[in-house]
Amino acid sequence: MSEITAEQVKHLAYLARIDLSPLEITNLTHDLGQIVDSIAKVSEVATADTPATSHPMPLTNVFREDVVVPSLTVEQALSGAPDRAGDKFRVPAILDED
Amino acid sequence: MASAELMDYDKALELFEPVLGFEVHVELNTKTKMFCGCANEFGSGANTNTCPTCLGLPGGLPQVNKKAIESSIRLGLALGCEIAEHSRFARKNYFYPDTAKNFQTSQYDDPICHDGSITIELESGRLVTVEIERAHMEDDAGKLTHMGGATGRIQGADYSLVDYNRGGVPLVEIVTQMIEGAEHDAPEIGKTYVAAIREIAKGLGVSNARMEEGNVRCDANVSLRPRGSNVLGTRTETKNVNSLRSVERAVRYEIQRQAAVLHAGGTITQETRHWHEDTGRTSAGRPKSDADDYRYFPEPDLLPMAPSREWVEELRLTLPEPPAARRKRLQAAWGFVNLEFQDVVNSDLLDAVEATVAAGASAQAARKWWTGEIARLANVAGVAADTLVTPVQLAALIELVEAGTLTDRLARQVLEGVIAGEGTPTQVVDSRGLAVVSDDGPLVAAIDAALLGQPDVLAKIRDGKVQAAGAVIGAVMKAMRGQADAARVRELVLERAATIE
Ligand SMILES: [Zn+2]
Repeated sequence: MSEITAEQVKHLAYLARIDLSPLEITNLTHDLGQIVDSIAKVSEVATADTPATSHPMPLTNVFREDVVVPSLTVEQALSGAPDRAGDKFRVPAILDED
Repeated sequence: MASAELMDYDKALELFEPVLGFEVHVELNTKTKMFCGCANEFGSGANTNTCPTCLGLPGGLPQVNKKAIESSIRLGLALGCEIAEHSRFARKNYFYPDTAKNFQTSQYDDPICHDGSITIELESGRLVTVEIERAHMEDDAGKLTHMGGATGRIQGADYSLVDYNRGGVPLVEIVTQMIEGAEHDAPEIGKTYVAAIREIAKGLGVSNARMEEGNVRCDANVSLRPRGSNVLGTRTETKNVNSLRSVERAVRYEIQRQAAVLHAGGTITQETRHWHEDTGRTSAGRPKSDADDYRYFPEPDLLPMAPSREWVEELRLTLPEPPAARRKRLQAAWGFVNLEFQDVVNSDLLDAVEATVAAGASAQAARKWWTGEIARLANVAGVAADTLVTPVQLAALIELVEAGTLTDRLARQVLEGVIAGEGTPTQVVDSRGLAVVSDDGPLVAAIDAALLGQPDVLAKIRDGKVQAAGAVIGAVMKAMRGQADAARVRELVLERAATIE
């Protein structure tokens, strides 16, 4: 059985800034536990000579040339912003009062 | 702690051994950003260089800039690093408004360059080898402006504004191993190391390498170990120390501050500190905590890199002469004493002097002009000296002086004309009519007139009182509107005084 705890799920949710209900935390603890268990099964068959794999496609060195392409207009760039001031994005105060 | 106590530097060194580490960010000068084709340039309006990829919008897909990889490899090679056969990007996840994607694309366990070293030379002649753990690629954040509040700082701000033009610009972060044995030289090692990195990046042409424009930024790690102990002290990381002088001051400050805290029985908190250029102090930022749980994972939208050994060797062949070797060679070739040479290096004018010499000027004349009059004018204008005139223009000006066409004083006027965009030195001489009058005819006439106008002076000169000639020389220079060589005037005055009827 997996070692995923409700505390870990709460912590991850906080780091990801996701507000979870107690029920969601219970469900996710269960779901994530199953995922971890499944991955553990894969680890069982992977021997020491199997390298860790982050990218399953056998492709490397996919680069683009250093050539400028047109950017968005300022209006386009700001069109999804909740708030703006002039040509800049406006965001709430970052630090609470010390 | 409201105001930090500082221990005397020498006493701090007596009680503790400083251990250092540096993280230097070098901003690459590619034409485009790291993962998209937006222009990598500033000065244009806010948010004019953005796209769905660098704004982190849904559907944005990163593509690696080949030139940025090339520059990173060249920088790594110049730092004596190994270039990894396999390397990949990773996401560093955190929420901060200057990072639109909510993660920074960086590298975690497979940096492109690792295990290098550079040797720096301190003013005392001491050589220090700084081991480099890794140099990895990442993208830069946008620029925040904090609004409202009393100080304009982030503390107490009402809100902040973001310009994402810099977001996604390629950076190489160079991380040193722990530097032990620095002792009293710790602050100078910091300054000299960062200067060396800047010089290498500039020499390679991979970065504009101007610290004042944020192209090179330093985070300084300092910890103290009590003498006789082999346990490392807790370190602090002072962020964004952005001038060479500040690196030196920040390291010294942290040694003195930490020594005072430890000596008083306190403990050092592992934390990020901010350097304040104006007060010359650091202040506590947030302590390391949950917020630093970055959950790095391999970037799924980018494929791994496996730079071929052939490509790496090709790039190795493009490396310029190492800056330290170049300095030694140039100083010997120019015959400068240490003070003269340091003056040129510290003013960042090595390239300018070298190019001026290549354009035909003598090294001493090139040095004198660049570090003298041109540096003075640049200082007044608040710009870099090498942006005022070109080496070719200066070499032409020096040639006019050496040919006797211009006196130093006239040459300074010509220089002003050149800087004002009036053309080449010769064009300015012509248009302003500034050349030394070399035909003695008008000069002799002016001297005769001056001598005859002051018969008492003429009599004194004839009596052998040559000091009296000064009054005549002054009158002649005035009549010639300064366009005569004073030494020549003096010579002619004495000559005419003897013969005039
Ligand atoms: Zn972009």
